[in-house]
Amino acid sequence: MSFEPRALALSKLVTRNPKLPMKIVFPILVILTGVLLSYAMYMALSPNGAPTEQTMGMVQRIFYYHVPSAWTAFLLFFINLGASVYYLIRRCPTADILALVTAEVGVVFCTVVLVTGPIWARPVWGIWWTWDMRLTSTLVLWLIYVSYLFLRRFSSSGQTPVLAAALAVLGALCVPFVYFSIWFFRTQHPQPVMGNGGSIDPRMLHVLLLNWLAFSCFAFLVCWSRFRLEKLQREVDEAHAMRSLLDEPASPRSAR
Amino acid sequence: MTADPYLFAAYAATWIIHIAYLTTIVRRYARLKREIEELKK
Repeated sequence: MSFEPRALALSKLVTRNPKLPMKIVFPILVILTGVLLSYAMYMALSPNGAPTEQTMGMVQRIFYYHVPSAWTAFLLFFINLGASVYYLIRRCPTADILALVTAEVGVVFCTVVLVTGPIWARPVWGIWWTWDMRLTSTLVLWLIYVSYLFLRRFSSSGQTPVLAAALAVLGALCVPFVYFSIWFFRTQHPQPVMGNGGSIDPRMLHVLLLNWLAFSCFAFLVCWSRFRLEKLQREVDEAHAMRSLLDEPASPRSAR
Repeated sequence: MTADPYLFAAYAATWIIHIAYLTTIVRRYARLKREIEELKK
């Protein structure tokens, strides 16, 4: 069987069953991402993958989780910005769901950054935390997106998505400030490994990018699951609302 | 090599955070499934 008829057969199968991508593609992607994450972790921890840094020793390998987590969080916050702006312009519910989902998963990755950072700082700097520009701005960024999620969770006003989208735009403005803070301020945090005169061993760079790819694939899958969940939740909420409307006893005026 | 426990702690913390979040998603799915079943009734 040549490629074309096979592709045609597959497209017909997918058209007949719209849930097929989720049933087949999702488990395959989960397995592939699991393999990629395992391989990336092996490369990050093994001296065969990345060489051991001479000054810090083995603890420097936290870098392969700390930095890709930060980059993934930034990427998700930028997608959140795009979705929020689109929602503000078009009032598209799908964009609103995407904004919520990327903010939530972004906060998870930002939490990883804020937890792994101090664990790395303790043996290297001798302190868990210092109020320097990079660390403080990252904490502020995390707090902005946590407040975004609290707003989404606890406000039931019809204007909540609009307010949240405006807050998301503010939060995204903070992302470049966090990234460039080590360029413009004297901080305890190391200078960037790439750009602004920074350099990195090519093998370290390879493992760093591999881990970023693995975390990005993982984030994509989590966002996909969370997106479906949110969409389903909204459908169920609508069904509940319809049901309560139908169950409501007729008012005296309508009874007349 | 004295810093190895920190390396382990950082990697473990990363996966604990991710697994905790994934657990909340799975629980929300389960709750939603129950709600859908109730609605069908």
